[in-house]
Amino acid sequence: MIKIEMQNVWLGYGHKVVLKDITFQVKPGEMVGLIGPNGCGKSTVIRTLSRIISPLSGRIFLGGENVARISRRDLARLIGVVPQMPLLPSAFTAFEIVLMGRNPHLDLFQYEGPKELAIAWRAMEKTGTQSLAGRRVSELSGGEIQCLLIARVLAQDTKAILLDEPTANLDIGRQVEILDLIKNLCLQNKLAVLAALHDLNLASQYCDRLVLINDGRIHAEGTPREVITARNIEDVYGAESCVYTHPVNGLPCVLLNAGNSKMARPVDAVGEVW
Amino acid sequence: MSTSLPIKLLHWRSRIYGILGLFILLVAVVILAAAVGSVQIPFLTTSSILISKLPLVEITPTWASTLETIILDIRLPRVILAGLVGAALAIAGATYQGLFRNPLADPYLIGVAQGAALGAVIGFLLPSTWHMAGFGIIPLLAFSGALISTAIVYSLARIGKTLPVTTLILAGVALGALWGSIVSYLIISSGEKMHGIIFWLMGSFSLSQWSEAQIVLPYVLLGIVIILFYARPLNLMQLDEEQAQQLGINVERLKLVLLAAATLITAAAVSFVGIIGFVGIIIPHAVRLIWGADHRFLLPLSVLTGAIFLILADLIARTALAPTEIPIGVITALCGAPFFLYLLRRRRRVIF
Repeated sequence: MIKIEMQNVWLGYGHKVVLKDITFQVKPGEMVGLIGPNGCGKSTVIRTLSRIISPLSGRIFLGGENVARISRRDLARLIGVVPQMPLLPSAFTAFEIVLMGRNPHLDLFQYEGPKELAIAWRAMEKTGTQSLAGRRVSELSGGEIQCLLIARVLAQDTKAILLDEPTANLDIGRQVEILDLIKNLCLQNKLAVLAALHDLNLASQYCDRLVLINDGRIHAEGTPREVITARNIEDVYGAESCVYTHPVNGLPCVLLNAGNSKMARPVDAVGEVW
Repeated sequence: MSTSLPIKLLHWRSRIYGILGLFILLVAVVILAAAVGSVQIPFLTTSSILISKLPLVEITPTWASTLETIILDIRLPRVILAGLVGAALAIAGATYQGLFRNPLADPYLIGVAQGAALGAVIGFLLPSTWHMAGFGIIPLLAFSGALISTAIVYSLARIGKTLPVTTLILAGVALGALWGSIVSYLIISSGEKMHGIIFWLMGSFSLSQWSEAQIVLPYVLLGIVIILFYARPLNLMQLDEEQAQQLGINVERLKLVLLAAATLITAAAVSFVGIIGFVGIIIPHAVRLIWGADHRFLLPLSVLTGAIFLILADLIARTALAPTEIPIGVITALCGAPFFLYLLRRRRRVIF
């Protein structure tokens, strides 16, 4: 069990500040969603937490320990990342890619033994990717690769998982399947899960708390009910919307008002046009 | 689902058989290359002579001592050196290709060869009083030139604490071009030494001696061992640097160690025998086509294939137009390119 904490963190590239004074935390067994418009810095937060870039100022703790002091290998045993649209070497097979998730658990000259193979195979079973195992990456679709990356992070067997748009390439059935899987892992294994999500409805359904980022700052933070409001959506995305309550689970869900109000017409009017 | 399926998917068995098969082939090729030449020695006699020199083996000689001299003192050092250089160039090429994620990379991409060439040409032009006894000053200057050149490229390409691969390649290519132009100028102004210089640049094993093989051996072995240790991290580097880091690889340290090891063995290899092209780029690709891209097998398989290939190429170089020797670089490209193109057409699949 591990807690992720960002304390007054400023992030940027070179002299350009992207995010100012970010403070939030993800507790064990909690799934937190990062939402916000394109380019608001969701990926930057994830890259910082996995120490690809270092913060300009502020501190990041992982289970109470400063991330800057953890070795790469130890960090990879604590935090697993599902990157957004990553480059995968086309000559490797799907199974070889998933096995790479075991790397931080192996010594330099150690080959994957039966235990490693079993863990990776099980991760592929959970993500429904076993049938792809012998195929080369170049033969896989975007959605299949996405599932493969989820399998890899499961094989990595970490205490926290960061996901950057994990459902971007998936059809709606797969979206629900993958997020169900992550949510269950989060609850059962008390993982700390942080997911950058594009789809506000999925974010609302799956996340315990949401962090809404806009204009380099945290615009709102709290439960989906507190964050997903028509007001916040208009402020941040500039889009008009209606926020309803989901009839089954009572969580907020968003319906966008497509186009401007002139185009909006009663449903049966569509029939007349046809 | 049965548990034996996943291990089968990795094709480890066929790759391990590949390593064993190639090792046996390597031994056979060494014996063949020691047997064939201006004096033809039967394969069995050659084998007996070689086996009799192994520790703990007692065979009563039934052969003339001149045959033993020909094999052990004249042909074997040349065969061993060719094998070492082939192994070194092939694994260095595979390492650079993996590290740079670039199928066009070869051991000479970042200026090692041009640095060595400059050093060697300077050695040729120095007055003969500078030439030391034994192996001479040319290999020493070639080796230093290669290392100094790479060190300059490395320091030019470094940005803060990171070493971006594209910057490294660009700096290497630019500096290599600079050395190349100086080498060209020195060649045209070198007068009667021109022939020797050009022959060196094309590569040759004609002057191989035991002392040279003994000097090259430790560098090549050390480099190969270091690189083999980092085979799995090299696999992860094929993802991209960001994912490799997220999977626990210290990418900057990996780059430093592998660059140093690959440069060291390339420099050691070229300093005695000149710039032998084609082995470093084609052998790793051929291995990939046959056995796949996993570096834990790609690297050792490249070592064996590179050694076999260069021993055979050198055999052709010294026997095809005997007593005239063909530069080895001519043979490697002439035989290697058609075979590689054949592989490329036969296996229509992504290899990199």
